[in-house]
Amino acid sequence: MFIITLLRPWAVARRHSRPTIANPFPPFAFMKLLQQMWTFFASVQLAIFSLCCIALTSIIGTVVPQGETHAEYLARFGEKTATFFHILDIPRMYSSWWFYALLTMLAINLVVCSIDRFPTAWRLIRANSLDISPARLAAMSSVRHFVIKAPVAATINWQQFLRPFGRAQEASNAHGSLFLVERGRYSRLGVYLVHLSILVIFVGAGIGQLFGFKGSVMLPEQNETDRVFATADSAPIPLGFTVRCQSFTIDYYDSGMVKEYRSRLTILEEGREVLSRDIVVNSPLQYKGITFYQSSYKPHPEFIVDIAPAGSAAKLFTLPFQEERVWEERGLRFGVINAEGSGQRAVRAKLWFKVGDGEPVTRWLADNETVTMTSEGKDYAIRIKQLYSTGLQVARDPGVWIVYGGCLLLVFGLYVAFFLSHRRIWLSLGKEENGCVAIILAGVTNKNKLAFAKTFEQLAEDIERRTGTAG
Amino acid sequence: MDSAQLLGITTFTYLFSSLLYVFLLVFNTQRLARVATGFTAVALAVQTIGLILRWVESYQMGIGRAPLTNMYESLVFFAWSIVALYLYIEWKFATRAIGPFAVPLAFFAMAYASFAGSIDKSISPLVPALQSNWLVAHVVTCFIGYAAFAIAAALGLMYLFKTRDQANTASRTTLLPPLPILDDLIHKTMIFGFIWLSVGIITGAIWANSAWGTYWSWDPKETWSLITWFFYAITLHARYTRGWNGDRLAVLALCGFASVLFTYLGVNLLLSGLHSYGAS
Ligand code: HEM
Repeated sequence: MFIITLLRPWAVARRHSRPTIANPFPPFAFMKLLQQMWTFFASVQLAIFSLCCIALTSIIGTVVPQGETHAEYLARFGEKTATFFHILDIPRMYSSWWFYALLTMLAINLVVCSIDRFPTAWRLIRANSLDISPARLAAMSSVRHFVIKAPVAATINWQQFLRPFGRAQEASNAHGSLFLVERGRYSRLGVYLVHLSILVIFVGAGIGQLFGFKGSVMLPEQNETDRVFATADSAPIPLGFTVRCQSFTIDYYDSGMVKEYRSRLTILEEGREVLSRDIVVNSPLQYKGITFYQSSYKPHPEFIVDIAPAGSAAKLFTLPFQEERVWEERGLRFGVINAEGSGQRAVRAKLWFKVGDGEPVTRWLADNETVTMTSEGKDYAIRIKQLYSTGLQVARDPGVWIVYGGCLLLVFGLYVAFFLSHRRIWLSLGKEENGCVAIILAGVTNKNKLAFAKTFEQLAEDIERRTGTAG
Repeated sequence: MDSAQLLGITTFTYLFSSLLYVFLLVFNTQRLARVATGFTAVALAVQTIGLILRWVESYQMGIGRAPLTNMYESLVFFAWSIVALYLYIEWKFATRAIGPFAVPLAFFAMAYASFAGSIDKSISPLVPALQSNWLVAHVVTCFIGYAAFAIAAALGLMYLFKTRDQANTASRTTLLPPLPILDDLIHKTMIFGFIWLSVGIITGAIWANSAWGTYWSWDPKETWSLITWFFYAITLHARYTRGWNGDRLAVLALCGFASVLFTYLGVNLLLSGLHSYGAS
């Protein structure tokens, strides 16, 4: 509470100054301004207004394509409109100053509104509901009075009677005795959790913006890089380690539709391999807080030829279409002399292959198929694959877990705010008078009043049935 | 019997059950009520079997995926959610008269799914971006939310219908629940929808993050779902803090559903974006 007093100094100033006498000190004027601003930012009208503004202006970005060049807007919308867009940052409206200003206004609104109302909510939560007079009970929205014979009242175990609604607290006071069933008082915090969660999401998003990056890189198979390029301005971003693309493959359904894009990535630190893993769309690789996503690819008019002479290690060659290559130690000459494909994709390639002074042989190989070729009495396992670049989206977002935490809090808060309520049922037994006891049954809830009213009616009927008196 | 036949039958059973409910309302015949409910429950059961069968068939085709991943399947699930939620409300709140307003929505969804030329009904395999469990969670949660908003709109329509009607031919609307109960029901279904829409947006964001590395990219579909979410947040605030209920709430329920429909269909038809439903 003290902190809240600190945050609202005029509340103190108001108490200590006499409004009838003009205050000669400027701090009072300043306090007054502060107070006006506070009232402004604490209002729910402003919340509705800023939510409306954000919702309505968001529509602009769904109608005007985002992130294109000025020339494209010129061509599509003409000079005047394009200039207007430029001035108002419409091409990047979701990161424009005015959109951030709206979000900031919402955030301030949330903070101020919560601080403003929290003390009242907290008082309601902490209130001792047993400390209440029969007069106050009689003024509740749900209330029933009964007068029953004292011996009948004595036979009833009221604690047990109220049990279906919860454990009752008991107190005796000057008026008689009082039972109270109180449920869900902390549900009053639900709304604050929801509002807090939105701030948490904002904080997480801000941390991502400030300390993270989004970039991409096109990496040919068998190549490596220690930097990627920022999405926003293509500036190089050093990774702090090296990533290598070992291979990239596309898998197809029988219909010809793409089933899977798969890259095998290796992470190298100072030339040493530390990690190797396959990534596919929806299953990225994360290393040191940086995540690599499979996002696109590019076919090249080049081939990877993998030759394994029987009984010895294989070697990989990358060679352009129709160019001869030599493997000196083995006395091999080879090249891809023809290829068939659809679009940019090679489906099969024709290999030309010569060992020493022997006769050259040619053969068609399906893409990525391994075949054994024999020449001069020796076997060679050979595979030809078209060369691809894998397109990687690369991101670091240290705020993402905060955002997810905020989301979790949001859902939990919504559940609490909507499905739980603060319900109180009192049963007051008055002092015995003329052999009778006056009973007041009263109840109040902060939410879901219809359902509560039904419960309350049932309870009242139970009392009638048990005591044989009409309320 | 295959799933296509069952789902085809469902379209017509929903039509028939809509007619039963309208008949019930127009002729005020309480006796038919049980028949209408029973028939709708059977139609829902048939559709459920159809959906399960479609799932099984996808495995038999070697594709193996939940029937929730293209425009056709989302519409079918939308209709399923509306009727399931409707029957639940009917049972829970012991009121039958919402049917004439809610069940036709399920029929329209099924009819649009079945007869619109641009909608592909075949079970096709999934492109890589859609191969994610988050997608299934995303679609299920969003459409439960959408179904709740559809019913809130149906209730809103009923509310307006009833207030307009009270003046002259009161007899026709006696079957409808009393206005305060309707108002409460609109509020409750909106809240229910709001929570599911929140979860839907969140699961969508998680999916996007696992596929592309950004949980939010302001693509038109995302933005419109957020606009819809804001709309209901505003409505709930206006009701809670400014006491907007009754006619106003009913109108807001209708406007909110218009925003839902635009998010769901309008964005695909009129705007461009990442989401693949429009393309199919
Ligand atoms: C996207 C943003 C927001 C969401 C999702 C949200 C959500 C909610 C929810 C769920 C409730 C409970 C309503 C009910 O019980 O029917 C609520 C109440 C409320 N909200 Fe918000 N809210 C948002 C923004 C704001 C802002 C910016 C303010 C700033 C003033 C605000 C002020 C309030 C107030 C004063 C209440 C009533 C609390 C009470 O007295 O119990 N909300 N909000």
